[in-house]
Amino acid sequence: MNLARNFVENFPCFSIVLCMVAGILSTPIKGNHAKRITLLVVILVTCMSAATFLYVVSTGTSFVYTMGKYPAPWGNEIRAGVLETMLATVFSLVMLFSLLGGMDHVFKDIPEEKINLYFILVDLLLSSLLAIIYTNDLFTGYVFVEINTIAACGMIMIRKIGRSLVAATRYMVMSLIGSGLFLIGLAMLYDITGHLLMENAHLVMNQLVQEGKYSVPLLVIISFITVGLAIKSGLYPFHSWMPDAYGYSTVSSSSILSSLVSKSYIILLIKIFYRVIGFDNIVNSKIVDVLFVFGLAGMVMGSVGAIMAKDIYRMIAFSSVAQIGYVYMGIGLETEAGMVAAIFHILTHAITKSLLFLAAKGLNNVSGRKRVFYALQGSAFRNPLAGVAFLVGSLSMVGIPMLSGFISKLLFATAALGAAREKVLITLIVLAVSTILNAIYFLHTVVRIYTPVHVPEEFKNVHVRVSKGAALAVFSLICMNFILGLLSQPITDLIQVGIAMFA
Amino acid sequence: MGPNLWANIDEVAAVILFGIGFTTLLLHKNMIKKIIGLNIMDTAVYLFLAAMGYVDNRLAPIVENGVTDVDAYINPIPSGLVLTGIVVSVSVTALMLSLTIRLYRKYHSLDLDEILIRMQKEELT
Repeated sequence: MNLARNFVENFPCFSIVLCMVAGILSTPIKGNHAKRITLLVVILVTCMSAATFLYVVSTGTSFVYTMGKYPAPWGNEIRAGVLETMLATVFSLVMLFSLLGGMDHVFKDIPEEKINLYFILVDLLLSSLLAIIYTNDLFTGYVFVEINTIAACGMIMIRKIGRSLVAATRYMVMSLIGSGLFLIGLAMLYDITGHLLMENAHLVMNQLVQEGKYSVPLLVIISFITVGLAIKSGLYPFHSWMPDAYGYSTVSSSSILSSLVSKSYIILLIKIFYRVIGFDNIVNSKIVDVLFVFGLAGMVMGSVGAIMAKDIYRMIAFSSVAQIGYVYMGIGLETEAGMVAAIFHILTHAITKSLLFLAAKGLNNVSGRKRVFYALQGSAFRNPLAGVAFLVGSLSMVGIPMLSGFISKLLFATAALGAAREKVLITLIVLAVSTILNAIYFLHTVVRIYTPVHVPEEFKNVHVRVSKGAALAVFSLICMNFILGLLSQPITDLIQVGIAMFA
Repeated sequence: MGPNLWANIDEVAAVILFGIGFTTLLLHKNMIKKIIGLNIMDTAVYLFLAAMGYVDNRLAPIVENGVTDVDAYINPIPSGLVLTGIVVSVSVTALMLSLTIRLYRKYHSLDLDEILIRMQKEELT
């Protein structure tokens, strides 16, 4: 029994290394084989993450895995608690479904000799996502943030059209600015604490705060790290790269980028807030108020951008800007309930946004691959599965009961009531406005795809055969949406337990 | 303020360099200059780390003549961080340069604004 337990504790490290090995193995082989290896690895990683999750839930404590033989203040560590393992499981599942759902397009959009490179990037991306989630070491966090950025940029630029090149460039510039700020923040943090492991840094940090030393450098560090990661995750007004980057890359890339990559930076930020700087110190520094204001602005402006968008991908991409705003607004409420809502929304958005991108691609396929809205008229009848998927995704984003988006909004609203007095009213108002705006653009599109009048002549008899993998992926994402919406209580409880384990 | 500033003159220089690199990366239109800005920014962080890790009158952290006293050597971790950081910035620079080459081949310009204009024109035709 004990042996089996010790074995499970290796899984987080295994899964990170496994992805990297898969990347190396995929280098000399053909795209088709690389695809099989990648899918196998993603499935294995999902199973291992799920096993670790169950293990951590059953023991009720987090565990620390020491890399190499050097103990705490010197060595490098991986740490797995309820939250980390849950996020790893959901992320690898979403990755799997995004890949399955967009597989046909990967082979269409990318030149044949480059397909194995695409899967190498996917492997690298998964390994860096897992490492960012699990790591207990700040500098390892930085290194994997950069690997994440490089892999994500590669996934955008691998499709050789002008728009995606420009999108990749803008993405890269914004990301590098973010990582520069993050890096100098870390360097200063190391400077005043003398530690890179999160726990040790946290101890020194508490001591410094109690003694009232280094208060100005501390504020600078907190702002650099927060602003750096906020820029990288695309918080309004640093979102300008998002619509093109999500709108013009191949569909798997857009769903992975929007649902996982930008979230991983937020998770790292939350980890640093709790495990390094301490949430009370963060609240005292007032930086969360800044996040709160920009989150609120993002919620409205993202939705306005989506209403103005001329094509469906840009609309979904702008909706991501709004959802990132929701997450930062939740963090900015300064309460644990707000944080729980933010993390729940990360899960909701990961599942729903990948579903929406896959559905939009399916609708787009039966509309002559035209991106503009009028071509989509009645397209849900030409591709019923994509139509249903888009309907479920839209309703979830708008916040209809039984779907996960509803729970997110409910949690945000309840959290807002428990927040500081001056934040209550404004949060509720912006939530309401943003929900109405969401409803305007999503339901407008839903009505359009379900209206079989004025269908352009050339699409009338188009039908498309959906591959089994894609159908399975879309169906599973719809199911996950319902699961998150119906079983929200146990999940929020687990998130609370996970946050408690952070301390 | 004055004596502190002088004692930390390396760090001050590093932060000023960081600012220069940061603004170049953010505001310059030219891709190559952006990349130069990126490198100045990253190098400034390495200068910062190296300056912080160095202690006057101590040796490089390699055991010599059997001296194992910790006070004889400087802190090796910042140097390790600098090395890792250099690897990261080299790969990022390579990626940016390859993006620049692709953009130049497609749009025959290094100016990001010009590239955007040409991209929009190309889409209209």
